[in-house]
Amino acid sequence: MDAGTMGSASDAPTTGEHRMGTTIVGVCYDGGVVLAADSRTSTGMYVANRASDKISQLTDNVYVCRSGSAADTQVISDYVRYFLHQHTIQSGQPATVKVASNLVRLLAYQNKSMLQAGMIVGGWDKYEGGQIYSVPLGGTILRQPFAIGGSGSSYLYGLMDHEWKEGMTQEEAEKFVVKVVSLAIARDGASGGVVRTVTINAEGVKRSFHPGDKLPLWHEELEPQNSLLDILAAGNPDPMDH
Amino acid sequence: MSSIGTGYDLSVTTFSPDGRVFQVEYAGKAVDNSGTIVGIKCKDGIVLGVEKLITSKMILEGSNRRLHSVHRNSGLAVAGLAADGRQIVSRAKSEAANYEKVYGEPMPVKELADRVASYVHLCTLYWWLRPFGCGVILGGYDRDGPQLYMIEPSGLSYKYFGAALGKGRQAAKTEIEKLKLSELTCREGIVEVAKIIYGVHDEAKDKSFELELSWVCDESNRQHEKVPNDLLEQAKAAAQAALEEMDAD
Amino acid sequence: MDACGTQAAAAAAGGEGTQRTLYPYVTGNSVIAMKYKDGVIMACDTGASYGSTLRYKSVERIKAVGKHSLIGGSGEFSDFQEILRYLDELTLSDHMWDDGNSLGPKEIHAYLTRVMYNRRNKFDPLWNSLVLGGVKKGPKGDEKYLGMVNMIGTHFEDNHLATGFGNHMAIPILRAEWREDMTFEEAIKLIEKCLLVLLYRDRSSINKFQIAKITTEGSTIYPPYALKTNWGFSAFENPSKGAVGTW
Repeated sequence: MDAGTMGSASDAPTTGEHRMGTTIVGVCYDGGVVLAADSRTSTGMYVANRASDKISQLTDNVYVCRSGSAADTQVISDYVRYFLHQHTIQSGQPATVKVASNLVRLLAYQNKSMLQAGMIVGGWDKYEGGQIYSVPLGGTILRQPFAIGGSGSSYLYGLMDHEWKEGMTQEEAEKFVVKVVSLAIARDGASGGVVRTVTINAEGVKRSFHPGDKLPLWHEELEPQNSLLDILAAGNPDPMDH
Repeated sequence: MSSIGTGYDLSVTTFSPDGRVFQVEYAGKAVDNSGTIVGIKCKDGIVLGVEKLITSKMILEGSNRRLHSVHRNSGLAVAGLAADGRQIVSRAKSEAANYEKVYGEPMPVKELADRVASYVHLCTLYWWLRPFGCGVILGGYDRDGPQLYMIEPSGLSYKYFGAALGKGRQAAKTEIEKLKLSELTCREGIVEVAKIIYGVHDEAKDKSFELELSWVCDESNRQHEKVPNDLLEQAKAAAQAALEEMDAD
Repeated sequence: MDACGTQAAAAAAGGEGTQRTLYPYVTGNSVIAMKYKDGVIMACDTGASYGSTLRYKSVERIKAVGKHSLIGGSGEFSDFQEILRYLDELTLSDHMWDDGNSLGPKEIHAYLTRVMYNRRNKFDPLWNSLVLGGVKKGPKGDEKYLGMVNMIGTHFEDNHLATGFGNHMAIPILRAEWREDMTFEEAIKLIEKCLLVLLYRDRSSINKFQIAKITTEGSTIYPPYALKTNWGFSAFENPSKGAVGTW
């Protein structure tokens, strides 16, 4: 799901549709779910928005992580939000995560030939607790203990298989998703910026924000400096003379 | 009845001066003269029972059913014009199927009752339609547990612990009120419903009848289905025994 | 990932008109099935791929349909889910008639052939190969049934079937070793032989299998399990031994 697929007519690196070369993650923990996403939106090679919010609210208790075309996923979540609002009024109680996910699936499946949308729906309801549903490109729907999506997810399969464990605490889960998304950001050029997380459980919803300069440093990344001058002033190790 | 000859009872779109819609009330008469139907909410599910009056000895046993499944876990009993009832059943089925298609989970009984009631009510609003000559009792089991609704020809619908329609409704309701519904299981409930139906049947006026029983409960795995034959026969036997005992007194 | 890219490119290149011929996105692979003494046995792995990524590892691709049938699906998983919804609707309405009759595997298969053929004629195919197996009491006693239908509506019956890669790698084995009167144990052994070959030679297969059977008693879908693999050939451990001129 990358820029490469964009309008072949375009020469300039800034033309074409806004797409979210993305890393999105959803994880169930003991008592709820955590959703996480990076914040980069690109038009071709240009970063159109470096602080976008790819985790959209569907209802009080259900959120969705969006990847693919920004326009397509916005329209899907707009429709689903509208249908869920109607449904909540008609049934007189909050919509379940299953209902929300099925509406996402319905739109994604029935319009698959016109959409570029890979989504992860996550939320909490009193009947089944915290749930994650993966709705990838064709409109398949699968309930999973954790789900990853977007271009950055290719760098995460092995990591998730290795490190995800059942029954994490909320703190463990939140730390885990930030680590995972920041790792993908480090390797996927289409992902970047900040890490946003949304935690949903019986108590409600908590959003948090992890700015790009507060993310952990990974392999071959360096501690940021104000200037080379600072390094020199500190009388640091020998410059690399040649 | 004061309505006759006044002209206010000819159309469903004309109110009488004191604010009544006589056509809807007449539709209610079709229900009141029908065989009795009963629904009770037990602690583990719903039992529906129908006194299906047999109009001819040549009718095949088990035909002209008045108890229908509407979805996996809800069923509908019809009092009044059976053919009108089938129209309602058909609407209820498509509502339930469509809900599941869109929302991906079974339709809550409350919402099904609301939709069916709206449909019934709709037919009281237009001059080119005739109100349904039937009332229905809807029983279902969803994630909030077993629930029972009754929908009248006017489109009114209420949630009940126990409900009855048709000729014997008054007697049936007094009998239902005597039951400890919160402690009763469906297995016990089917016997009680059988007793009530047999009890209210007027052998002098009506010839024969067939007892139809269905349930949605934990024992039926939350599926709406006919009560298994052996249990039905047991319930019939118990009901007949109870009747004979009463006659002996 | 690359699957979706190509599709979008095709859509962009087309320009005008509606693009309905799709690419499959999430796909399941081979299903193998055969008749045996008491009924029909069916098997597949529980993987679903996303392009060449083995994205989902615990999906169920064999399901019971009504009381007398099993369906196995390969191809686009969202379409398979849609087909299951159709079948659910079909069997529910059949159940609600409550007339003592029920749809058997033959009828379900006939229904599916019509659905698949209709969709392909709309140039909007359901991207699947489906296998339908079952047993139902007929006038001549228990009748076993095994048939398949694919995305263009081609359909047939056989004593043993396989979809996808299985069509290439399992069918020859089945042709050589299948017998009408196989016991359950013999049937399982033969199916597992096919599954192993596919595990070795089909790159989208995974070592997590589900086997199901259907007899007059009804259907049983066994829990997923993995098979032992064999890498003990001496030539595997030391490939250059005795082969002059190689390393």
